[in-house]
Amino acid sequence: MKPSAFEYGCPATLDDAIALLGSHGESALIAGGQSLVPLLNLRLAPFDFIVDIGRIAELRETRDLGDRVFVGAGLTHAMFEDGVAPDPGNGLMRKAAANIAYRAVRCHGTIGGSVAMADPAADWPAVLLALGAVAIVRGSQGERRVAMDDLLVGTYETSLRPGEIIAGFEVFKLTASARTSYVKFNKKVGAFATSLAVIVHDAANATTRIVIAGAGPRASLLPATAAALAIGIGTDASIATELDALMPETDAYLRHLHQTTLSRAIGEVSGA
Amino acid sequence: MSGDAHSSGGWIGASLLRKEDARHLAGKAMFIADVRLPGLQDIAFVRSQIAHGRITSVTKPANSQNRVFTIADFPSLNVLEAGPELDAFRQSPYPALASEKVRYVGQAIAACIATTRARAEDLAELVEVECTELPVVVDAIDAMSPGSARLFENWADNAYIARTISAGDMSLLKNAPIRLRRRFRMNRQATVSLETRGVVAYWDARLEELVVHLSTQGGHVMRLGLARALGLPENQIRVIAPDVGGGFGGKNRLLPEEIAVCAIALKVGHPVRWIEDRREHLLASVHCRDHHYDLTVTADGEGRLLGIEGDVYIDAGAYALWPTGSFMEASMAAGNLPGPYRVKALCVNTFTVATNKAPMGPYRGVARPGACFAIERLVDEVALHMGIEPYELRKRNLVTREEMPYVTVAGLKLDTGDYHDALDTAAAMVDIPAVRRRQAARKAGEPRIGVGFAVYTEQSGHGVVEWSKRKSRVVPGYESANVRMLPDGSVLIHVGVQNHGQGHETTLAQIAAHELSLDPSQIKIRYGDTATTPFGFGTFASRSIVFAGGAVGTTCRRLAEKIRLIGAHFLQADPKNVHIEDGQVVSQNGSVAFCEIALAANIRQEMLPQGMDPSLDMTGTYEPAESAGVFSYGTHAVVVEVDESTGGVKILDYAVSEDCGTMINPMIVDGQVQGGIAQGIGTGLYEEIPFNADGQPLATTFADYMMPCATEIPTVRITHSVTPAKVTEYGVKGVGEGGAIAPPAALANAVADAFRDCKASFNETPLTPRRVWDAVQLARASERAAS
Repeated sequence: MKPSAFEYGCPATLDDAIALLGSHGESALIAGGQSLVPLLNLRLAPFDFIVDIGRIAELRETRDLGDRVFVGAGLTHAMFEDGVAPDPGNGLMRKAAANIAYRAVRCHGTIGGSVAMADPAADWPAVLLALGAVAIVRGSQGERRVAMDDLLVGTYETSLRPGEIIAGFEVFKLTASARTSYVKFNKKVGAFATSLAVIVHDAANATTRIVIAGAGPRASLLPATAAALAIGIGTDASIATELDALMPETDAYLRHLHQTTLSRAIGEVSGA
Repeated sequence: MSGDAHSSGGWIGASLLRKEDARHLAGKAMFIADVRLPGLQDIAFVRSQIAHGRITSVTKPANSQNRVFTIADFPSLNVLEAGPELDAFRQSPYPALASEKVRYVGQAIAACIATTRARAEDLAELVEVECTELPVVVDAIDAMSPGSARLFENWADNAYIARTISAGDMSLLKNAPIRLRRRFRMNRQATVSLETRGVVAYWDARLEELVVHLSTQGGHVMRLGLARALGLPENQIRVIAPDVGGGFGGKNRLLPEEIAVCAIALKVGHPVRWIEDRREHLLASVHCRDHHYDLTVTADGEGRLLGIEGDVYIDAGAYALWPTGSFMEASMAAGNLPGPYRVKALCVNTFTVATNKAPMGPYRGVARPGACFAIERLVDEVALHMGIEPYELRKRNLVTREEMPYVTVAGLKLDTGDYHDALDTAAAMVDIPAVRRRQAARKAGEPRIGVGFAVYTEQSGHGVVEWSKRKSRVVPGYESANVRMLPDGSVLIHVGVQNHGQGHETTLAQIAAHELSLDPSQIKIRYGDTATTPFGFGTFASRSIVFAGGAVGTTCRRLAEKIRLIGAHFLQADPKNVHIEDGQVVSQNGSVAFCEIALAANIRQEMLPQGMDPSLDMTGTYEPAESAGVFSYGTHAVVVEVDESTGGVKILDYAVSEDCGTMINPMIVDGQVQGGIAQGIGTGLYEEIPFNADGQPLATTFADYMMPCATEIPTVRITHSVTPAKVTEYGVKGVGEGGAIAPPAALANAVADAFRDCKASFNETPLTPRRVWDAVQLARASERAAS
């Protein structure tokens, strides 16, 4: 369980990283390495060239943009957990970060790495999707803004183009009266979620988003359920319909589990 | 003669901090991967991708001479007979590298060496293996159907051995008013020692011997196996086990990779090593558990258990491992089914079955976690059927103190103890009435609470009688110790057991300190090197404190007597009137320090009494006065919270009342109990290697293999009782395995208790959230169907 040989570059700036990424064959980015290193060791992901973006200072920047906050892709889960990184989600990001894997993983793993990896049950894709975040993506052609819903494609699959790097995320600040919930069920502490429900309910901004992860190949918005919650009507029927669409195969347990995490998350934001 | 545990010094029963912890805490221990030798190269194995197939060709990459090896490169390697010495036990020849056939995913086919492990893996990727796939046998019960494919063509069916274990009067069961049939399954898992397996081997030209650094539980026995496999005399093999980071049984078998590494070392002329990685460990190291039970329990109208009948299937995997295979699983599972209860009759058909999975080996508790799970679940099912407290049903059936020694229907002689007291204590610790009040006060939508019990026994310190009854190829009936007092009076003790976390450097020093009236800091315990230690079998089967403790104690006692005689001579006193105390020989008129006596005995022989042999160096062996074993026992009581919607189980309280006889170091006993329970919780709730229909294992990394960690393991509350054993030194009994035996049963009973209203039955481990949810759905559905 040792990787095959690869070349390694450790650029100091994002521009250098983008340039390096374009100059080699099968290359991969490494930030915290918490997913990539096991894949390399198992030789499931053969790469000729690894670009280490773990020492790029600008990836750890945060900026207050008024109604939004920019958080650099290189911020670690532990930085959010410890309150070192800002949390425009009124505590949601901090709570989610604290529940990712184990502390040792959280000290290395990054928010950008988690999203770029796009594990179907990962925390950050679900949380950022619920927060309506926009990924700031840089490539040799310049910068583009990609909504989370457009960035996430499938299992370990994003709409990032070859040579592009997530620089960070713009996350809207929730109002003081906004309510959020994060309900995760996993087989044991530290394991990926079997089911993860995340809700952002910000009535003052007329925003309600409900996300389920673990059902289907990527974290998904449940717009009909969110609409029902927003106008205060029962959500059971819409949950059932939307889960049907996400998981056509019959798995009574998983189905019930997703219903449970969603109902509990809805209960939390409803104050029930 | 047994030593008096309460004489001066008080070292027996003292919770001394462990001597070995300083180096572990400082990161200065030496495990196999820490062994660095000039010219060392790494080995990577090419492993089978398929579960069952005939090898048609293995093609080495170009220019890989002396870097890639297959079984064809070792024509003189011997294949060891393994399993019990019974004609009825079918042989399953297990070559060091696959020849002709592969029989499980992960079986080693070729070995590649290079200057680093990564380069060795590069080389391994270039080896081309072609196989003709054969039908796969994945289910132990289906494997016994007449139409099943067979692993070994010359066997009549897939059973290594099939035996019926029958005892007692079966006619008692005929008209039993209570008769319940249940199926139980304890799924397959790995042993998951923190340190994986590992070997470093090289030929020492000066000594003309093969030096093998091996992560093992017993170097002497492994040397015997290696000598036979390699065709070398034993005096040309030296096995060194440095710090061993856990074994749990898995390192008490000789595995093919270990033989292959040694064979390569003999060929290449420089040191080679193989460090098993975690994927290899989960894929191809010793697998364990995997018991299936189909049992009928009978009881009279008062709930007195009458008999247990049925079938036990052990899914033993593709090969028997040297020396003893996994044959003991079936006999011990059947033999422990009556538990500590007055069961009158037992009739169990056992099948030890070959399947296309990694070979099964021992794991902490060996067979008894499965047997305990089955009998303790059955007890609760009878109680549920009768509508009485499971605690109460146990009270009606448990052997009493007055009945001791009690021979169970299966022939196990429970020697000493008060099993009722252990049950009562555990019940009081978790407070059954308080749990019942909480259950009654539960509001709809709140999690459910349940309390569960499991009573266990732990046979330990068993010797010749028990192991020869089992037809064991190696009969670990004794242990030895070499005790030396050096000229300066310090003491060096070599033992044949192997510490792999048990704290031998501390407990054995406490015993020696007790016998020699010295401080444990003056005594060093050494083990783990066949070149320096007397022969011993190693550490397994909860045997070390009984056997090695006894060997150290009795040998030190003999040495102390010689010291006393020399001291009397120095003091010009009648030997009748001197005794040893605080490192001195003391008479009414004066004293002489051990260091003076040791100096004389070792380098100033002219000062010794006339005719006395010089030196203070004694070797002794020890076996207990009776070798059928002494039984530790206890009751585990656990309170769980179950989330009906998710199936998630959370442990709220875990209490243990146990008795392992005299405790040498109670803190270490607590550690053994707590550690065993951590693994028992793993078996009960988390750990599992499922296989698909093609025989592919589905948990080969920690992403899929759920290993309980600190967050999953509660701090266990432990109460000790001490009923000294009658046939061992100091009254000790073993304690290494007990913690791991009862948790699956206690947890399943607690979860079942939480769902008494719908009579849901939880009969398969691990109790994953999905299994818990499924069991409740099933019970609710049959409730609806009945109403």
